[in-house]
Amino acid sequence: MLLDPFLIRAGLAALGTAVAAGLLGCFVVWRRMAYFGDATSHAAILGVAISFALSISIVVGVLATALLMALALTLLERQGREVNSSLGVLAHGALATGLVAMALVPGGGRIDLDAYLFGDVLTVSWAGVGIIWAGAALVAVLLWWHWSALLVATLNPDLAVAAGVRPARQHMLLALLLAVVVAVSIRVVGALLITALLIIPAATARGLGRTPEAMAAAALAAGALSALGGIGAALWADTPVGPTIVCTAAALFGLSLLTGRVR
Amino acid sequence: MSRLITATGLAVAHGARTALSGVDFHIDRGEIVTVVGPNGSGKTTLIRALMGAVPLSSGRIDRAKGLKIGYVPQKLAIDPTLPMTLRRFLDLPKRVSDARAAVALEEAGARDLAMRPLSGLSGGQFQRAMLARAILSDPDLLILDEPTQGLDQPGSAAFYRHIEHLRDAHGCAVLMVSHDLHVVMSASDRVVCLNGHVCCEGTPAVVSAAPAYRELFGTGTGGALALYRHDHDHDHGHDHGHDNAGHFHPHHDHG
Repeated sequence: MLLDPFLIRAGLAALGTAVAAGLLGCFVVWRRMAYFGDATSHAAILGVAISFALSISIVVGVLATALLMALALTLLERQGREVNSSLGVLAHGALATGLVAMALVPGGGRIDLDAYLFGDVLTVSWAGVGIIWAGAALVAVLLWWHWSALLVATLNPDLAVAAGVRPARQHMLLALLLAVVVAVSIRVVGALLITALLIIPAATARGLGRTPEAMAAAALAAGALSALGGIGAALWADTPVGPTIVCTAAALFGLSLLTGRVR
Repeated sequence: MSRLITATGLAVAHGARTALSGVDFHIDRGEIVTVVGPNGSGKTTLIRALMGAVPLSSGRIDRAKGLKIGYVPQKLAIDPTLPMTLRRFLDLPKRVSDARAAVALEEAGARDLAMRPLSGLSGGQFQRAMLARAILSDPDLLILDEPTQGLDQPGSAAFYRHIEHLRDAHGCAVLMVSHDLHVVMSASDRVVCLNGHVCCEGTPAVVSAAPAYRELFGTGTGGALALYRHDHDHDHGHDHGHDNAGHFHPHHDHG
């Protein structure tokens, strides 16, 4: 049973998502961008509706919408205003608008909404797997490329400027990568649980490494373990895969709390 | 003496609020310049503008070609989950050799802090850690934002002596922001008193005697005023009434 092609595809898709989300999730945690992640991923539902309306590829529609949302949020933050409430408005506003738009789109009644809210990884195609791994590779390579600059910009934007790093550009890069992660994760865990996949593995990894790199590696491992463990548990218990992956991640986090206390 | 930065007619706005306007500023190699001013007077905005970290609404800034700036921030946005030892921090954004790191750590008095996590450092340790990072690139200009925040007065005095020593050893210029008037003024070659615009500037003695400075810092700074009272100081007709504070001054030999 383990060698069923649909399971291999699901496993690979979930692994790819875990790689991208685990690595980027560290920055989401270090920079406290959780709400930012929420707003961006909730915009994905709007992206799904737009994709149906325009009959374009879901990945393209979601990526474009998430990207626009992420850029809008970045510009909003740059205004230096109190953004927390604005983020809340945008996050939930985008989700609600997306849900309403789904109902208005011609033939919208036939859209399997659950698949986009909570993921549907068991039906992913080889092309879908390819897209997910392409996105994951893009995230990993760009993070690797800008790793030090991102860290300086995270610690202190002025320090980054003095060292010749442009913090606004780094922030923009994170927004872009977040949109990519949203676009590749929606198939696996769905729009509502993407932030969980970003934050929980990174939170599990805190204290597991003495350097940022070690923590990122631990987050990646925690994410991968959750992805595979979650698929296994979902098949065994006959539960939805996306939420089960997140439950597995949360259980690992709980475990890390316990072992942390023992140490 | 070579000029490192010249700013002319500098203005910076935060949204609708004007933070700085009509500011002329310059700093030369080897100088220690301190910017003083009340809270919200634009001190930090000025140094951020000089570094190129905020857009100008008008005016211009000329920096010497290839100017290297070492910046000592007041604090870091370091999330407790981010594991970052001082040694690793020195590698940001460019990796440095252990030998160079050791020299910088030694010079900043932070040798024993190398393997400590940044989030666990005390105020004084943090300043030395940031100083090590700032001098690593052998800067032409060292910029420090409120470097003695959280230090007691002897601690601040020791820190400024350290800065002076670094200036002598590296021949760099030092630009500091402070509201710690007592100690900082004695450690400076030149003081710029800021309140949205430059109120007055000059040697510590000149500034402390300037009416604009006295108006700005008013009664709370009697001690600082008295410290810089000299026989040759002009009397502007104010009643100082803080003469006894002069006894606190250890010694004073500005140029």
